[in-house]
Amino acid sequence: MRGIAKSFLGVRVLSGVNLEVAAGEVHAVVGENGAGKSTLMKILAGVHSPDEGSVEIDGVSVSFAHPVEAQRAGVAIIYQEFNLLPERSVAENVFLGREPVRRGLVDRTAMETDTTRLLKELGETSFVSHDLVRHLSIAQQQVVEILKALSQDARIIVMDEPTAALAEHEVELLYRLVARLRERGIAVLYISHRLREVFDLAERVTVLKDGALVRTADTADITSDELVRLMVGRDLGTYFPPRGTETGEVRLSVRGGGNAVLDGIDLQVSEGEILGVAGLQGSGRTELAKAIFGAEPFTRGTMSPLRPRSVRQAVAAGIGLVNEDRKAEGLALRQSVRDNALLVSRSVRRGGRTDIRELLESVRLQPPRPEQEVRYLSGGNQQKVVLAKWITVAPKVLIFDEPTRGVDVGAKAAIHDLMRGLAKDGMAIMMISSELPELIGMSDRIIVMRDGRIAGVLPAGPSEETVMHLAAGEVTP
Amino acid sequence: MRALRSMGPIFLVLAVLLVLIAAANPFFLEPAGFLAFVKRAAPLVILAAGQYFVIVSGEFDLSVGSLVTVQVVVAARLIDGEESATWWVLALLIVIGLLVGLVNGVITTGLRVPSFITTLGMMLVLSGAVFLWTGGAPRGALSETFRMFGRKDLGAVPWSVLILLVMGGAAIMLMRSDFGKRLMATGDNERAAGLSGVRVNRTRILAFVISGLAAAVAGILLGGFAGVSAQVGQGLEFQAITAVVLGGVALGGGRGSVVAAMAGALTLEALFTLLNLYGISGALEYAVQGVIIIAAVAAGAVRLPFKRVARA
Repeated sequence: MRGIAKSFLGVRVLSGVNLEVAAGEVHAVVGENGAGKSTLMKILAGVHSPDEGSVEIDGVSVSFAHPVEAQRAGVAIIYQEFNLLPERSVAENVFLGREPVRRGLVDRTAMETDTTRLLKELGETSFVSHDLVRHLSIAQQQVVEILKALSQDARIIVMDEPTAALAEHEVELLYRLVARLRERGIAVLYISHRLREVFDLAERVTVLKDGALVRTADTADITSDELVRLMVGRDLGTYFPPRGTETGEVRLSVRGGGNAVLDGIDLQVSEGEILGVAGLQGSGRTELAKAIFGAEPFTRGTMSPLRPRSVRQAVAAGIGLVNEDRKAEGLALRQSVRDNALLVSRSVRRGGRTDIRELLESVRLQPPRPEQEVRYLSGGNQQKVVLAKWITVAPKVLIFDEPTRGVDVGAKAAIHDLMRGLAKDGMAIMMISSELPELIGMSDRIIVMRDGRIAGVLPAGPSEETVMHLAAGEVTP
Repeated sequence: MRALRSMGPIFLVLAVLLVLIAAANPFFLEPAGFLAFVKRAAPLVILAAGQYFVIVSGEFDLSVGSLVTVQVVVAARLIDGEESATWWVLALLIVIGLLVGLVNGVITTGLRVPSFITTLGMMLVLSGAVFLWTGGAPRGALSETFRMFGRKDLGAVPWSVLILLVMGGAAIMLMRSDFGKRLMATGDNERAAGLSGVRVNRTRILAFVISGLAAAVAGILLGGFAGVSAQVGQGLEFQAITAVVLGGVALGGGRGSVVAAMAGALTLEALFTLLNLYGISGALEYAVQGVIIIAAVAAGAVRLPFKRVARA
């Protein structure tokens, strides 16, 4: 791939990216969230077409209008979310849409035989070709995706964060699988946040940052420190409101909290404090927020003021959550600003009568029109409405999950100000963000999540490298 | 302003139909004539108001037609012409209505059976029960007091019109209350409502209970108005849904006003009256309803589910 550039709605997400991968090579692609890894891979797979640049396979220039064309050219992509039919067998999934036909009927025998042969070649013995996919574990389903790719004679396989959903022991199996693919002369593009995997598996690594290529290097020639620096190294040019100086009594504390995803969570947040939560996608950040908020409750450990078993209990105990995905989880889009802003207080009957104009002005909604349907508001204004919703019940603890995602710069600063203001007024705030500059700029303390546990606690103002090291897991201790 | 805009077109259609009826039948312009029309429409308007609560929460209630039949048949059998039995039977009917709504709601939310199936099943269960109990021909008779609500007047105004005003007023007040706002939010975005502390299931169950109550009241009015038969409630569930959709209320929930839903019911009744006046067979009513429901929904009342865009 040469000189690839791509913009969405006028926003440049990739520019001048070169990437090459040889047969039998494992090539890792790393970068922060939003660095452009996924877009680059989707261009290779024919999901998007590049605005500039070219893609060559075996020296022949190709341009795919459709993913199927890329498939025919030997490119297969294995997404984090699998494309499998749970109620069909392994063989049926492998040959989905390309069933071998004999005398007008699907040749099941051929399907089964071919699938069994592929399973043997991969050394996979834990399941057989006629098992239903829904009976398989996530790791086994991943193998089915790889079988699918192989049966299509894929020569380039892209794996998007393949270990994100795997347990520790399953990762070992994946390593062996990738080794087999390499032996077969398949080029593997391996996207991952996890540096250990990069060094274990890949011969070369390409670092993307803000849509541009930073460097391609042999993994033998680079240290994990350098790699982290390449991924995050940038200026902290943005202004954040000054930190608070005083923190008061502890408003929230969790001891040994755990559930299906989380384990051994110990943390506390005091009034006046903003506690940052860092971590990669899938590290358990959002799950931590939902556990404290009672939406996906803790099943172990203790929590004070109480360990909520439901959202209502949490709200009654003075805990609020500004969701990561405000359209799906935060707002009733067709209702008015007023009805959204008052929804929480109407559900729990707290806070009494609210002066709606005063409320909207306090969150600096511009213009403060209570009758407008929220779907017509900008992202920043929608987020302010979500914030207003919680302010009406004056929570003691307010958790923000990605508070400024999809929000323009001006509204971002306003939301940061509001958060600091709430903390000054005595609220205890937790803030999850995948934007490290924001997290570092806002937080009085930062906990770093990894694999559902707290990997470390950092004081105010750590370097991005320190956070990334903890989040990604270091190669050398 | 917003209220007007969101319910706009149905009132225009209703006005046009009323003018057409008046042109064909001048008696319609006199108070007595108009009140007679409202009286005839009252059961459907009440049913539509009840149905509105269920639809706006994102569900359906197909059981109300059968429930009306049950009400009438049970009343006739238990009262059997006995005046003194009227009041406890009336109370019993209301309880049956509330109970059927409760069961619909609990099964739909608790067992996660789609309401379309739950209430379709309930419709069949109730129809079967009526058939079994009556052997096909309802027995007994209603008392005079019972029939009063459906056919007599209080002074110049029919009882059923008064009852309609009370029920309609209550529906409007309910939608303005915190419950109404929670119901709307639930129908619009169940997840967001739940994560804002709304008891989503309880809210929906209450909507079904309201629909059951509306069906009970409609049954009481229809028993007096139309008399006892095993067909009295037939097709009413679809008339009620048609009326609500005609009022511009979105199937799928979260949108539309109860006033517009009730206006939709009046419009439907006006349309039937008009067809009748011009001598068009009553058999055409079903076809007309079919066309209306498809046209109204196609005209954009249905809200497409939001496509969740995968993040890059």
